[in-house]
Amino acid sequence: MSDNREHSYYLIYKSIHDVLKAEKKLKERGFNFELIPIPRNLSSDCGSCIRLYDQIEDVTNCADVINMEKCFFFDGKDFKPFMRQ
Amino acid sequence: MKTTAGKNQESAHSSHDMLYLDNAATSHPKPSQTLRFFNHFIRSVGGNPGRGGHPASVEAARIIFEARERLTSFVNGIDSERMIFTRNGTESLNLAILGLIRESDHVITTSMEHNSVMRPITFLQNEKKVTVSAAQCSARDGTLDPMRIKALLRNNTRAVIINHGSNVSGTVQNLKEIKSVIRDALLIVDACQTIGSIPIDIERDQIDVLCFSCHKSLYALQGVGAIYIRKGVDPRPLQFGGTGSNSESLEHPAFLPDRYESGTPNTPGIASLLGGLTLIEKIGMERIMKKERSLIHLLVTGLRNIDGIVVYGHYEKGPAVPVVSFNVTGKLPSEVSYGLSRRGICVRAGLHCAPQAHKTIGTFPHGSVRVSPGYFTNRRDIITFLEAVENIVRQ
Repeated sequence: MSDNREHSYYLIYKSIHDVLKAEKKLKERGFNFELIPIPRNLSSDCGSCIRLYDQIEDVTNCADVINMEKCFFFDGKDFKPFMRQ
Repeated sequence: MKTTAGKNQESAHSSHDMLYLDNAATSHPKPSQTLRFFNHFIRSVGGNPGRGGHPASVEAARIIFEARERLTSFVNGIDSERMIFTRNGTESLNLAILGLIRESDHVITTSMEHNSVMRPITFLQNEKKVTVSAAQCSARDGTLDPMRIKALLRNNTRAVIINHGSNVSGTVQNLKEIKSVIRDALLIVDACQTIGSIPIDIERDQIDVLCFSCHKSLYALQGVGAIYIRKGVDPRPLQFGGTGSNSESLEHPAFLPDRYESGTPNTPGIASLLGGLTLIEKIGMERIMKKERSLIHLLVTGLRNIDGIVVYGHYEKGPAVPVVSFNVTGKLPSEVSYGLSRRGICVRAGLHCAPQAHKTIGTFPHGSVRVSPGYFTNRRDIITFLEAVENIVRQ
């Protein structure tokens, strides 16, 4: 799995319950990620989101961890909405 | 009389010079795990869960998440987001009853219910033209024949509300049999006395809404209850407010668990529940039931051997929660409990917030003396109790 700290995905969930559910599943599968406060430009919520350093495709293939509300790709400079296929 | 509970293999904390036999009201002493998890939260975590992305808040949310997941699997629920934390069993029952029963609906309940069921449905009867039928349970031991529920069903029966285990007589009802006769009506279960003492299986028994407190046989601190709401069942929330989610919207979130959990939760209490669940997993439900049944056997046999004592319930018949009601001929329950109190023994006398149950077993209006041991009670405690009762009877 890659560890590109410049390129990452921001996975936004509707509730902290869903964030922690995703955290549990991602941890079990050994993904490279961290829980961070949601960047203000991505959501008005004051909670947490997941910053993923692996390829999003690897995650979205796991049916039970993709229950996210929104996803953004960060290229080191800008956030771009990521649309699931 | 020092409580000997601490001598059990699993330690529990009690510094009082008393014999506590009122575990049906709340368990005491609490196991060391309860205090350990509570202590960890207070000393080392301390944040408000889901409010802010900082470590104290996230760690508090993780504690609640883990408690929610473990509690869900404890009752064989499918989806942990449907396990909602409340303040107590009463709040859970109010959410189920006030949130699901609509104007002019019909509701069936039983003659063994606690006031936490009877009062909200009486409110609906008075305010929302709800009609209520109560299935009569057996006068001998409070058992419910499911056919009595079936006979009361109407086209507009919205819900059947059942006390799983009586806080007066210890009687446990067969939920699976009840569910099999109620057609499309929702099965709402009050499991305050059974959870942690008798295995509960939401899927096997097809329970629609399970309501319970966590400070009795789940060994959490007081102030924690929970409700599991089956998918497709959608009660109106009891309160609205901040959830840490969807903050830009003035509309209350529709997703769970946030829909039913607004405001700061009792995180220290929920952390203590995690300790209680850890203890139960360590001991195993089989061992808990075996011990509690053996204590009840000793207690009931001992009481029946004392002349002038009437024991209510039928403990040979099947599963029962560790609750025994009795009376002494010629003495009021309050006199007996005062006699026990003077000897440092804590039991509860009166109606136990369940006047209907006392009417059913024939002990209304004075009620009974209720003695409820717990996992940390030992055989010596029961013998001490029986000796004290014998002394009081002779006086």
